[in-house]
Amino acid sequence: MSIVLSNISKNFGDFSALHDIDLEIPEGELVALLGPSGCGKTTLLRIIAGLEQTDKGKILLNGEDKTDFHVSQRGIGFVFQHYALFRHMTVFDNVAFGMRVKDKKVRPSEAEITRKTHALLELVQLDWLHNRFPDQLSGGQRQRIALARALAVEPSVLLLDEPFGALDASVRKDLRQWLRSLHHELNVTSIFVTHDQEEAMEVASQVVVLNKGRIEQQGSPAEIYDHPANVFVSKFIGQTNEFTLSHFTADWLKQTGLYVNENFAPETVAHVRPHDIEITKATNETPVTLKDWQHLGALIRIELVKNLPHQTPKSVFAEMPNAQFKSLQLNRGDNVDLKIRHAHWFN
Amino acid sequence: MSQSRIMPAFRPTISFTLLYLSLVVLIPLSTLVFKSFQLSFDDYLNIITNKRVVAAFRVSFSTALGAAVIASFFGFIVAWVLTRYPFVGKRFFHALIDLPFALPTAVAGIVLATIFQPSGLLGKFLKQHFDLQIGFKPAGIVVALIFISIPFVVRTVEPVLQEFDSRMEEAASSLGATRWQVFTKIIFPNIFPALLTGFALSFARGVGEYGSVIFIAGNLPYVSEIVPLLIITKLEQYDIPGATAIALTMLVISFLLLLLINFSQYIVRKRSGQL
Repeated sequence: MSIVLSNISKNFGDFSALHDIDLEIPEGELVALLGPSGCGKTTLLRIIAGLEQTDKGKILLNGEDKTDFHVSQRGIGFVFQHYALFRHMTVFDNVAFGMRVKDKKVRPSEAEITRKTHALLELVQLDWLHNRFPDQLSGGQRQRIALARALAVEPSVLLLDEPFGALDASVRKDLRQWLRSLHHELNVTSIFVTHDQEEAMEVASQVVVLNKGRIEQQGSPAEIYDHPANVFVSKFIGQTNEFTLSHFTADWLKQTGLYVNENFAPETVAHVRPHDIEITKATNETPVTLKDWQHLGALIRIELVKNLPHQTPKSVFAEMPNAQFKSLQLNRGDNVDLKIRHAHWFN
Repeated sequence: MSQSRIMPAFRPTISFTLLYLSLVVLIPLSTLVFKSFQLSFDDYLNIITNKRVVAAFRVSFSTALGAAVIASFFGFIVAWVLTRYPFVGKRFFHALIDLPFALPTAVAGIVLATIFQPSGLLGKFLKQHFDLQIGFKPAGIVVALIFISIPFVVRTVEPVLQEFDSRMEEAASSLGATRWQVFTKIIFPNIFPALLTGFALSFARGVGEYGSVIFIAGNLPYVSEIVPLLIITKLEQYDIPGATAIALTMLVISFLLLLLINFSQYIVRKRSGQL
């Protein structure tokens, strides 16, 4: 089911959480709402769910205006950050809840509910826990039960608030993969909120970057990474090095490949990803020296320092495969020449 | 070394607990038991099956039960209002709730008796419009007991309501539950054990209450005479064996009832995964 948000704004007292959000999500996508904490992403998710009312604007689910619908009438499934499982019910009763509270006329028979609940528990691979209470489960298990519970009402839209936020790193990794494949299987339009850009890139088919209550950019993970729309997105997604062009000589800029033209604006900044920097040993004096390096597994991260007159020294990070770095035979303190393969310029 | 415990200081704390229970609860109460042993079993039976005594027991336990039920209902609503809604004068209201704890019960009794007696402020109104008499009737006892026991319910339910995870309500709503379903299936089952505790406390308090009741009850034998009053009456007549026999019976019944409530609470908690 497609989701269309038009002109959504929300204030909490004097604090403006969302300004004029316009967003279209086509059917079947798995969308990440990505942004730093306090950017309004959870508020936006809660507004789509109907757990929060928008001050103005419209919410259309599958072309139907649902702005004034109560959360129970919107046909959404919501997975809470801390799962919000019903503590006083077994896992089975938790999952069956959504079917049992249905109006008598549309409620499935108890046998049907039992069958479906077990099927859902099998889908999340936890049917063997159906007699347990939520307090007896691990975080990852609770997460999956919360998901099964939300899916039980056959929602047209699945909304997940920081679905992996409260889990430890290894469980999180597994669950990310699992969520992706589950989405593939069910193909229900899903939106999840996260502050972790890596998670958004890994799981989502579409990423919406939010900052201070506004949408900065929307696109596929590759689009956002390769073509950041502005400084914020460029800095927030992945690692970025900043070069203020006016700090360097034109010769050096030309040599590295950061040069634009002779009359660039003084505040022009070039953003360069660590893996887009090539390093060679310099024979003469250069503004950049090698400070240190760390092993990241297959890659090595090289810390360089910009030594500029009248500026505090700033670090630049470059990444390259281990073998390549060894062949350069660099030592700490060496002057290096840079070759920038790819950069984004922002004014 | 014997097995080490995860929680330290088991020995000193259990010793203290036993000492405390012995000094304050067990020794005085066992004295009561020993005193009543001075009676033969037939005498004991004669005393407690006396019509007036049986009637007093009926009055005491039925009014305490009725008051506990009503206090639980209203106490729950008061706790709900205090935790759920912001309103002007909430702090004042909070202090007001605890007042029955602090007030000498006799003062409460006299005040209630004054307004509920047939010529009193409320008593007159109820008599004229509903032909209802509260003062000097068993209903008056219930009113006094509600007054005394509401804070027990409010103060036991309130913290649980406060800690209640409102995300559970949101989750239930998102699954399509109506407001009423959210209340009956999510909120109430989570609050119920605490409410049961509040009920047990107010019931226990109601059974033993003396000061506030005697002024409003009218103390008519067979109708509105409570057991504690009967005990005092016996003591005043130097009928100490009679008083102890009644007291012991009351003690045993109260203890059994509280045990029953605790047991049902255990079942409720067990079924809702809290144990």
